[in-house]
Amino acid sequence: MEKPLTSRFRPDGEPVDIAAYEHSGGYEALRKALKMQPQAVTEMVKQSNLRGRGGAGFPTGSKWSFVPMGEDAPRPKYLVANADEMEPGTFKDRVLMELDPHSFLEGMAVAAYAIQADVGYIFLRGEYRCSARRLIAALAEARERGYIGKNILGSGYSFELHLHVSAGRYICGEETALLNALEGKRAHPRTKPPFPQVSGLFGKPTIVQNVETLCNVPHIVSKGPEWFRGLSRTGDSGTKLYGVSGKVKRPGLWELPMGTTMREIIEEHAGGMRDGLRFRGLLPGGASTDFLVEKDYDTPMDYTQVQKAGSRLGTGTMVVLDDKTCPVGMVLNLEHFFAQESCGWCTPCWSGLAWIERILSAMEQGKGKPKDLDDLAFQTKFLGPGNTFCALAPGAAEPLQSAMKYFGDDFRRHIDEKRCPWR
Amino acid sequence: MATIFIENEPREADSSQNLLHALLSLGYDLPYFCWHPALGSVGACRQCAVKQFRDERDSTGKMVMACMTPAADGTRVSIKDPEAAEFRAGVIQGLMQNHPHDCPVCDEGGECHLQDMTVMTGHWSREYRFDKRTFRNQYLGPLVNHEMNRCIQCQRCVRYYREYAGGSDLNAFRLRDTVYFGRFEDGVLENEFSGNLVEICPTGVFTDATLKRHYARKWDLQMAPSICVHCAAGCNISIGERYGTARRVINRYNHQVNGYFLCDRGRFGYEFVSSDQRIRECLLNGQPADLTRATGSFGEMLESGNCIGIGSPRASLESNFALRQLVGPDRFYAGVSDDEWTVTLAALDILKNGPARSPSLDEIEHSDAVFVLGEDVTNVLPLMALRLRQAVRQQPIQKADKLKIPLWLDHAVRELLQDEKGPLFIAAPYATKLDDVATDVLHAAPGELARLGFAVAHAIDPGAPPVADLSSELTALAEKIAAALRSAKSPLVVSGSSCRSTAIVQAAAQVASALANVGKPAKLSFCFPECNSAGLGLMRPRSLSEAFQAAREGKADTVIILENDLFRRVASSEAAAFLKAARHVVALDQVKTSTTAAAELVLPVGTFAETDGTLVNHEGRAQRFFQTLVAEGDVRAGWRWLGGDPLPNSSVKGRKWHTLDEIVLAISNEMPVLAGIEHAAPSRKEFGKVAREPSRYSGRTSMLANIAVSEPKPPEDVDSALAFSMESGPQAPPPALTPFFWAPGWNSIQSVNKFQAEVGGPLRGGDPGVRLIEPQQQTASSYFSEIPAVFRLEGDAWLLVPCFHIFGSEELSRLAPGISELEPRAFIGLNAADAARIGVKTGEQITVAVGNSTYNLEASLRPDVPQGVALIPSGIPPVDGASLPAQGKLAASTVHGVTQ
Repeated sequence: MEKPLTSRFRPDGEPVDIAAYEHSGGYEALRKALKMQPQAVTEMVKQSNLRGRGGAGFPTGSKWSFVPMGEDAPRPKYLVANADEMEPGTFKDRVLMELDPHSFLEGMAVAAYAIQADVGYIFLRGEYRCSARRLIAALAEARERGYIGKNILGSGYSFELHLHVSAGRYICGEETALLNALEGKRAHPRTKPPFPQVSGLFGKPTIVQNVETLCNVPHIVSKGPEWFRGLSRTGDSGTKLYGVSGKVKRPGLWELPMGTTMREIIEEHAGGMRDGLRFRGLLPGGASTDFLVEKDYDTPMDYTQVQKAGSRLGTGTMVVLDDKTCPVGMVLNLEHFFAQESCGWCTPCWSGLAWIERILSAMEQGKGKPKDLDDLAFQTKFLGPGNTFCALAPGAAEPLQSAMKYFGDDFRRHIDEKRCPWR
Repeated sequence: MATIFIENEPREADSSQNLLHALLSLGYDLPYFCWHPALGSVGACRQCAVKQFRDERDSTGKMVMACMTPAADGTRVSIKDPEAAEFRAGVIQGLMQNHPHDCPVCDEGGECHLQDMTVMTGHWSREYRFDKRTFRNQYLGPLVNHEMNRCIQCQRCVRYYREYAGGSDLNAFRLRDTVYFGRFEDGVLENEFSGNLVEICPTGVFTDATLKRHYARKWDLQMAPSICVHCAAGCNISIGERYGTARRVINRYNHQVNGYFLCDRGRFGYEFVSSDQRIRECLLNGQPADLTRATGSFGEMLESGNCIGIGSPRASLESNFALRQLVGPDRFYAGVSDDEWTVTLAALDILKNGPARSPSLDEIEHSDAVFVLGEDVTNVLPLMALRLRQAVRQQPIQKADKLKIPLWLDHAVRELLQDEKGPLFIAAPYATKLDDVATDVLHAAPGELARLGFAVAHAIDPGAPPVADLSSELTALAEKIAAALRSAKSPLVVSGSSCRSTAIVQAAAQVASALANVGKPAKLSFCFPECNSAGLGLMRPRSLSEAFQAAREGKADTVIILENDLFRRVASSEAAAFLKAARHVVALDQVKTSTTAAAELVLPVGTFAETDGTLVNHEGRAQRFFQTLVAEGDVRAGWRWLGGDPLPNSSVKGRKWHTLDEIVLAISNEMPVLAGIEHAAPSRKEFGKVAREPSRYSGRTSMLANIAVSEPKPPEDVDSALAFSMESGPQAPPPALTPFFWAPGWNSIQSVNKFQAEVGGPLRGGDPGVRLIEPQQQTASSYFSEIPAVFRLEGDAWLLVPCFHIFGSEELSRLAPGISELEPRAFIGLNAADAARIGVKTGEQITVAVGNSTYNLEASLRPDVPQGVALIPSGIPPVDGASLPAQGKLAASTVHGVTQ
């Protein structure tokens, strides 16, 4: 089984340095890309059917093809890596940046070349101190060897790359709020259209791409789109970093073929539930996705199949709920997070999440009222897609609405028994 | 245009606009908060949700925000759709979660957009059962009150304050349902347009702090259409009265003039009406005199020898005209300094001759390249500055058009444009508040500014005379400005009389002429100093020095001074000498001044709030104001004292105008330059009856019950169609007679939507006002050839230049407590090198000698002041009317302590 994203990882947890990286074929993709037409690189990525690993699964090549190219294109163009990994339960980009930073930087350089970006930013989550240290070191190495900077490898193409460490807000992971934050403004999301490809950072054409997505790019360029599509077990190409947290025997992160089933990931890789605990459900891709439950156990974990099962693959890092943990408490914990991280821009989000948080909190304290269930149901609908300015609130509504669907009895027991039955 | 379908009914809409704009313009009621016609759409509040359908067969539809959806041809929407209606009610429920529901004790109650929209959605039951979030409120200064607990997080305040008005000290803090809109710490709001927050805020977070001190509900205010008297912009206002006192001023939308906004001087200056400096009775030799005695004396004085009249740029056309007719045109003099007068007349001649046209403030906002020559616009004609701040977006905004980003999609446009600004060049004696959006600025002595202007004209059209001995820097700057103006679609030159320099005004005209001659007609706007400077100028009285000459020659036995303090016009010594030379001095004024103190007879004149009249603004637009207060006692309009109904015990001749309409017609017939002013507003006969009081006016029958239980007959207004009553005729009044905006379901000022032909556009029935000046020629036949030489100071002299301040430089508003609190202490501004030359540090006293006046002023070191120049604050005591700019002497003062 090929594991392009993680095969270079050192067992001691230290980062792959530039010598080791080059020795194992690193930066060859960049050399190859620089000899190609930029549009040909984009076309290759398009053919690979690589989909954005940040959670939305948007086809990467298509996204790049919207960037204005040629002499008349507005300048500078920007490439921004979204490394603001703040989705609860998600820790995949961190591992990539900490253990194989050059793979990420090469991905950025290749992607930048494809869209002919002049300047790049890595927008890094503030708490990722180790990632920051290692990226700074790797950037210096890459710059010294001419992979980043002016006239890269004598090609005439220049790309400046900067690391920006976020001041820390979940909403900064929303790509347009990220751009506002990068400009030094309040991190409110922006209206789309216009899309960042047309008017992004500082009003210029911009591509914002997740770290894992970018890490795939050099491999696609090196080994070709067909190889990449062949890595997957299903229609969505490549491998995927799957993570599992919760009360399983071996929580962790694994690079597996896209479309590996939930059963295989939980049972084989995470070692199944801890002794004495039963699986009740999981959030497949970070906190802002709908619960999947036992009936979904054999779902292949790719964008298409998870959607069919009624949820979203999201980041592919699963949070597992067991039968000894209060689902209301779990959802409260998440909704507290989402309410706190609402940027305060649109009414349904700031008002609805705060209300949800307070209802769930009351239920956990034994102060729930029968009407609360109606209010919660109303709010999950009220916060639906299209009603809010960005995807934060609809995402926040997903774990709640599915928890109410699958664990409705638990919610009712909180109200009827005037206490949390798990305490 | 586009055809859109609303509830399956086809309607015509402007396809370049959004659906909310279209629906409101078509008269539909759809609630909204974050959107504002002047601010565009950002999609924050989600209140204007409607259901959009793909086609006739689509019965599912999808929810869209009307403000974020183009009114494209074929768009099908439903407002009534149950899902959309339920969602809108849900948004109200969300907004109300933290709102304190304190309407009964809230200043906004009864004219609250949040109340109106809440009722509109039909949401009445608040289910939220948890604690509301609370905030600590801030002190924001004497003008605006802060109550953050009422906030619904619509973001309008910061969008207006920062993005529209260019302020920086108000911001959004924190996240989630606890976003805080305020300053980083307590303190006076720094922006000159902060008062608009009161109207921009859809609820009671920002309210009028002056109103709070003498509060009355909107429905209890007797209101009248009025015109602001605190600068030459002529902003349309609505002034409210209760129990005989002026309570507040709000914006009265006029698309061509003020649009949605006022400056703080205009909004809060009205409190001078209640000032203890008001004159409310006749005074004879400083003692109160009854009407009989006063008018008796007045009659005698008028009979005793030669009479001359001194007019005023802050008095109405009617009052000035009445004085002119009383003393005769040859003995009617302008009540302003000769320097100002010369410049005013020069500017008016330029506008009359052409080729450049004087634009309205709306046209100014739509200019795409601007050259400001010799004006501090923010401090002299504030609202023009707010418009110029938008004008710098005109060129960059075309980029959005190219990318097909609709211009109403406000944040998308701002994100695209970033800090890009179109051409705005400012040449002024010192730094102005607009410098932050300027392409280039020049701070230089007035003579240099004029030379730059002439150089720009020459660079545009080589046929215009060149400027001798111009530095290479100024040549380069002139070429840059010329290039920007030439390549613009709608160039604008702004100048004015602040530098009291005819050369500057001519240089500005030269630039406009040069542009016209190269086939690029420009607009030319002059900032006149006062609310009726242009009107007085059009009447062509003689100069003030000629009046002084007449007095010296013994040809002025009686001097009648109309609404004017000569001590602010000329050096105190000169004013005093003039008043002394006359046998009798009659002063008519609203407030006590040094002039009224020196007058033998003082006649009390009503303010703009108590009288009617016509003012001509900077554009040359005649606009009428109407009284809302009934003048008490002997207080009356200036023209009534001078030529109205016969005064008791007086044999004064020429009393012929019984009503406003009569004198307005007389002016129009007598003075061709003012012909047509009767059309500024319909006459009393032309339009039936318009109530000054809202339909819900309360206490009418009981408000005087402590005096008499029977309801007194309401005062009759013989001058206008407006009545001191709740009763109106069947027709809606035309805009010039509309006392306030109010429509069913729309109690707040946002009800103006219902009065506009299209939301954000002209008022239905036309924007009030009559333009009196249109250029006679389309091209310049000749150029001015007198170009000042390089300016040099004599010996150890300094050039003292007047410096203006929005709060303080205007005579009447500085009597309003809120405004006077913000007035700067008198100072002298000079640069550090110059201060060192005379051995003075910041805060130390400098003795200034100019002409016959001497002041001690506190040194203020400013890097923007050119070398050899010192700034003297205009109109702020102890500075008098000494002629400036002038050469003067400065020395470190031997007097210590604060100057009085």
